[in-house]
Amino acid sequence: MYDFDYDRPGTIQDAVASLKAEEAIAFSGGQTLMPTMKQRLAMPSKVVSLMGIEEMKGVRLEGSEVWIGGATTHATVQRELAESYPAMASLAGRIGDPSVRSRGTIGGSVANNDPSACYPAGTLASRGVIVTDRREVPADEFFQGMFMTALEEGEIVTAVKMQVPERAHYAKFIQPASRFPLTAVFVAKFADGVRVAVTGASEMGVFRWHEAEEALSSSFDAGAVEALATPDGTDMISDLHGSGAYRAHLVKVMTKRAVAAA
Amino acid sequence: MKIEMHVNGRPVSGEVEGRTLLVDFIRHDLRLTGTHVGCDTTQCGACTIHMDGAPVKSCSVLAVEAQGAQITTIEGMANADGSMSAMQQAFQDCHGLQCGYCTPGMVMAATALLKETPKPSEAEIRHYLEGNICRCTGYHNIVKAVQSASGQDVTPVAAE
Ligand SMILES: Cc1cc2nc3c(=O)[nH]c(=O)nc-3n(C[C@H](O)[C@H](O)[C@H](O)COP(=O)(O)OP(=O)(O)OC[C@H]3O[C@@H](n4cnc5c(N)ncnc54)[C@H](O)[C@@H]3O)c2cc1C
Ligand code: FES
Ligand code: FES
Repeated sequence: MYDFDYDRPGTIQDAVASLKAEEAIAFSGGQTLMPTMKQRLAMPSKVVSLMGIEEMKGVRLEGSEVWIGGATTHATVQRELAESYPAMASLAGRIGDPSVRSRGTIGGSVANNDPSACYPAGTLASRGVIVTDRREVPADEFFQGMFMTALEEGEIVTAVKMQVPERAHYAKFIQPASRFPLTAVFVAKFADGVRVAVTGASEMGVFRWHEAEEALSSSFDAGAVEALATPDGTDMISDLHGSGAYRAHLVKVMTKRAVAAA
Repeated sequence: MKIEMHVNGRPVSGEVEGRTLLVDFIRHDLRLTGTHVGCDTTQCGACTIHMDGAPVKSCSVLAVEAQGAQITTIEGMANADGSMSAMQQAFQDCHGLQCGYCTPGMVMAATALLKETPKPSEAEIRHYLEGNICRCTGYHNIVKAVQSASGQDVTPVAAE
């Protein structure tokens, strides 16, 4: 890892100003960025830590909506949402391992938009909104493909807002070496419809399985998913852990499991 | 950059670069070599320590990020009279180690688990220790050690 300047601002405003420097990069838990920097896949000249910004931390319940500060760790989300949104607490509690959960943050996870990450699926299914230093972007528009988001240069995720569904479950088929999902599905049932968000499958990153959403909106039952055709695996991730066709099959299986457990 | 923190209850300070890893500060500057580096890529957990009470992989934390923190390493685990902590003793009694390379990280992670869940089930122990890799033991005796340290009944299996 090459050396860099280090800054730890105390406010969002100061962080945005600090990130205007040439080759500056936002740094939260470092659980993605540290390995990336060690491999010199990222070589920032300045690291701006967001972990000293108190206004970006914590979890608040506002009616049927939860507000999660961007710099809130997975461990905190696991603890704070245990009562109010257990399916999301369970998602957070199954990310990586306890050490990753002590450091990694929701802001870093959605900003990174790894095609196999957990929070993009949870956020998209929960009718989430990504709050940044300058605007609010619905999750449907925020996640734009593998490692691609609506974020502009120097823009930081300050919070993530989600709607708490009536019933929900995150079914994660774990890839045991990385502990990321091989494929995972988050199902969320609201009074006026169902959302099904899939991660770890598409080359385009997280997506909504619309056919399953429609079927489940009329009948919230694993049988409704069984009747659907398996999604097309042609454009799905194919690697040594599983072919596109296998992942497509997993999408259906994990959706059924999520519905049954919700 | 100058940093200050508490390590195993003692105030320490040092001069580091932005890129200095917390594990390197602990091992090279503080000479506390009980914390091991197995992979350096966030995978193995040999470098697990406690930072403000929570387990972290010290190979994946910048030393500057630990400014002002309370750090505990394996050197801080023994009882005040120098005898081994219940967790350390259980690892010995249950043959929870062979080469010992993963052991400091295992003990730190397992100790953190018992703080959250005083009497974990076998499944809870295995889930919590997912980020700690052991090349030798096959894990069964590590799980037994954690059950034993939490006051639960186990039949230790002798190493063959
Ligand atoms: C062993 C291991 C297992 C893991 N398993 C899983 C898993 O099962 N599921 C899963 O989802 N993830 C997993 N992860 C990834 C983990 O959740 C990371 O913590 C997360 O993806 C990134 O969050 P971070 O806070 O560590 O971000 P960092 O590593 O600090 O940053 C990641 C990227 O986001 C940018 N960034 C950070 N914060 C912000 C912000 N607030 N606004 C804008 N940009 C920002 C950074 O510039 C960088 O490009 C795993 C990681 C490891 C090491
Ligand atoms: S050395 Fe830190 S996780 Fe392996
Ligand atoms: S005892 Fe050798 S790696 Fe665990």
